Amino acid sequence: MSLFAASGKPAWRYVQQENIVIAITAIVFLGFSVTLNNFLTTSNVLSLIQNVAILGILGLAMAQAIIGRGIDLSIVANMAVSVAATLQLANGGMPIALAIALGLALALVIGLINGMLIAYVEIPAIFATLAMGTAAYGFVRAALLNDNLIYLKAGGDGWFKWIGSGQIVGIPSSVVLFGIVAALMHVFLHHSLPGRFIYAMGDNPLAARTTGVPVRPTIVLQYVLSAGVAFLAGIVMATSVDSMETRIARSNLVYDVILVVVIGGIGLSGGKGKIRSVLVGTLLIGTLLNGMTIMDVQYTLQSIIKSLILLVAIIVDSLVNPRDEQTSQQGDI
Amino acid sequence: MLSEFLTRWRYRLVPDHVLGEILSKTWIDNAIPFAILLLTLAVFGTLIPGLVTLTGFAALYAELGELIFVVLGMSLVMLAGGIDLSVGSVFALANFLTLLLFNMLGWPIPVVIALALLCGGLVGLVNGFLVGYLRLRAFLTTLVTLIIVRSIVDMLILAYAVKVANPVATSPIWDFISFDTFHGLPVALIVALVVAAAAHLFLTRLRPGWRILAVGGSRRSAYNAGLPVRRTIATTYVMSGVLAAAGGVFYAARLNAAGSDTGVGLEVLALTAAVLGGNSLGGGRGSVAKALLGAITVLIVSSSLIRLSLPTGATSFALGVVLLAAVAIDVRWVKNRSKLLSRVYVSPTYLKLPPAPSTEAGSASLYAVNDRLHEVELIGLGELDGPEDTILDAADHLYTGSRHGDVVRFIAPDYRRQEIFAHIGGHPLGMAFDSEGNLIVCVAGMGLYKIAPDRVVSKLSDQTNRSLLSVIDDSRMRLADDLDIAPDGRIFFSEATIRFDMSEWMVDALEARGNGRIICYDPRDRSSRTVISKLLFANGICMANDGESFFFAETWGCRISRYWFTGGKAGRREIVIENLPGYPDNINRASDGNYWLALVGMRTPAFDLGLAMPNFRRRMAQRIASDEWLFPNMNTGCVVKFNEAGVIVDCLWDGRGINHPMITSMREHKGYLYLGGVSNNRIGRYRIPGADPDWTGVGSYWGART
Repeated sequence: MSLFAASGKPAWRYVQQENIVIAITAIVFLGFSVTLNNFLTTSNVLSLIQNVAILGILGLAMAQAIIGRGIDLSIVANMAVSVAATLQLANGGMPIALAIALGLALALVIGLINGMLIAYVEIPAIFATLAMGTAAYGFVRAALLNDNLIYLKAGGDGWFKWIGSGQIVGIPSSVVLFGIVAALMHVFLHHSLPGRFIYAMGDNPLAARTTGVPVRPTIVLQYVLSAGVAFLAGIVMATSVDSMETRIARSNLVYDVILVVVIGGIGLSGGKGKIRSVLVGTLLIGTLLNGMTIMDVQYTLQSIIKSLILLVAIIVDSLVNPRDEQTSQQGDI
Repeated sequence: MLSEFLTRWRYRLVPDHVLGEILSKTWIDNAIPFAILLLTLAVFGTLIPGLVTLTGFAALYAELGELIFVVLGMSLVMLAGGIDLSVGSVFALANFLTLLLFNMLGWPIPVVIALALLCGGLVGLVNGFLVGYLRLRAFLTTLVTLIIVRSIVDMLILAYAVKVANPVATSPIWDFISFDTFHGLPVALIVALVVAAAAHLFLTRLRPGWRILAVGGSRRSAYNAGLPVRRTIATTYVMSGVLAAAGGVFYAARLNAAGSDTGVGLEVLALTAAVLGGNSLGGGRGSVAKALLGAITVLIVSSSLIRLSLPTGATSFALGVVLLAAVAIDVRWVKNRSKLLSRVYVSPTYLKLPPAPSTEAGSASLYAVNDRLHEVELIGLGELDGPEDTILDAADHLYTGSRHGDVVRFIAPDYRRQEIFAHIGGHPLGMAFDSEGNLIVCVAGMGLYKIAPDRVVSKLSDQTNRSLLSVIDDSRMRLADDLDIAPDGRIFFSEATIRFDMSEWMVDALEARGNGRIICYDPRDRSSRTVISKLLFANGICMANDGESFFFAETWGCRISRYWFTGGKAGRREIVIENLPGYPDNINRASDGNYWLALVGMRTPAFDLGLAMPNFRRRMAQRIASDEWLFPNMNTGCVVKFNEAGVIVDCLWDGRGINHPMITSMREHKGYLYLGGVSNNRIGRYRIPGADPDWTGVGSYWGART
């Protein structure tokens, strides 16, 4: 926790932002419960949490990239193509475990290329991952996949299917997985050496390098980790709806993920925020999306609303963590 | 020897130095994008028959016009250090608005176009306010406006798609924009090129354009310099919005359709084009020419990929890879250009000097080491910094330059009191008085300057005629070194090297190429003109007593030559002393009709050998740090006196090397010799036995004055 004190901002500010988000979530939740008929039903709340779990897992992957002053815009594309490849391999008769291993390997390789481009070629992260998302989607779609939509046929009734649609003592397995990943991520960020390095890099990359942090390998680790977690989220998604639609690579889902991360109080300039911020952000956005879906808000209007929320979130972020003309970095777009 | 012969001709014929000079030009930044364009044409030209023909290109012209608008907007934003992803949506919005206002409502075309552009400008204003004034992150912010505007367009299309497709009125202007061509070029492309030309003028010739480059180059410095950083940034987004809208208007004119895929992915295309053309992410580096190059390349790539009808995904794979490659090249180039330049800039050539004459003490050599300079008086010890040359006026005051850009004056008769006579800047080197008592000074890094007796400094010359085939701009003077004044008032001065600045003058020795020259400044018409070029570090200049010629020293060539600038032998050049044991510097007149010559350093066999081995010196310059390089010896030197025939008649050494190890100049005045050194902290004063106690340099040039 001392890392937060070292970042120069009083701790109450984070607590405050988190509390505000929690309060807003509660108000929105109550408001929807009162005004919407089908909102506060067991099945709806379950589906709400289930939908949110995928967003949350992606948010966890994104959070550790943003905390290290990076960003991973290829996360959704990577998830879509690697899981679709897994399903296609399994449908073709390959043992499911081997298919998963190969799909994971594909995801990790894409993450590795991301990391190399950012750490060693020194392409800005936002740019490298944007282009890499396009390139990876195009490559896998053209070289490996037969169709945009890949169905889950083989292994659909075993343990594999359970990952996305099973239950443990009444709790959906996807939510359990979200919790496990969140706990692991917390331990990684706060109690492991690479995790501490990520905070140090996000706080001040030059100072981190000067003090001997292996900045480049740590950046590579971040994007490989992000790819791995994204693959897990993709498996959860595919097994809960029995298919993987690769065209989500080109959807706005990745901005929902950023929204989840930023709104919880993880600063885009890095070094700030923690796993709890992601949990809080996930709850708020999940509630909003679910409510809007029940209200049957038009999809385009939904994206306008989400975008406006994201805009407000970035504006608040820039007011809480202002950038100074004297210290802002050149080329920091 | 054959190998020696080959080496000599290889270095005489191959201009190695041109590579480094080309790399140091700013236009080299355009070379890579241009090469990429040629490569693209070669690759797709072979894949798609008929692409590289006039008709093949004509199919792309209209699209190219639209893309140029968008890429120009993106480049302007990027130049100021931002990024504008909303261009694709603004493009679609303008397209839709144009069709809505004209086809559905039948408004007049000028109003329609104005409103569409205004609308694009408003979206740009929102971006500009958020990014410029609120200082949000450009990438995310414009991404959000991209989604919002795109959603609005989608909702509008859902509601009005059918109604906007069929025009209720016709307009000759609209038909002109839609269908007419001028010499085969569609209106869209012509307007785009005109706008591009205007944008070029704006960026390179107008103050607001410079501000954009300044903010992008260093936001902090621009802020500290008092530029309106936030307003400048906001303006670029407004311009980008208007330009993207203009692209959308022409798109509407061309296709007359509003689909939900209009302008989708255009932002990535425009970004790829801007970066591929060589506009740097992060700002400050880029131009309109780069934007055009990038736009052409990207359009050829994307339309060729469509024509090749590749499987789903292959096109986006190719675009993603091209984008990554373009950024990677850009990032590495920006980072490593200066490293590459410093590796290849020093380009040694072959120079074979004859064996150096002996200087052994006690030998019969004319240059034999002695210790006659040991007993000099010291002037300004520890108070001077780099008195390269000295001179005395009619009132016996002593003048010298300093590394701080001052001309310092020591007051006669005891030279204990000093004052700053004038401040010029640069590093004042050689000095001479003209017939009116003005002090003429060669200033390293600045040129030829005049200090009037009332201390007013004025520039005489800082440029000469540019030589025809030089890559670097050799009209500017980098290292004016020494001068002398002819009886008719013309000033002949040397520029030691055109390739290096004062701080690295010794690196020129590693090249041993004729980088120096002698320039004549004519006060009658104030013109400057190069008289002799390709000299091996042109240094000291001294008018001969005949008034028709001057002696000049070539430091790395270890020789003294004489050049007749007027009279019967005008234009002739003769070598007077062929093989000195050291590196000659300034030359000045002596009271007995001979000439003093300073040797700034003595030759060493190792460096002489190195001069004949250019490959060795090149490897040295490329592979090891500059403080490990083998340089000529500059730690010991002497003063010699030679007569008009080039025979050495006297030699003065500071054999113990305590007071004057390095001597760059000496000036005789009333029986004394004043010694300067470019890296010394003192001036020496040596009594010359038997010298005329009334002789002065000024008198010898301009006659005795009272």
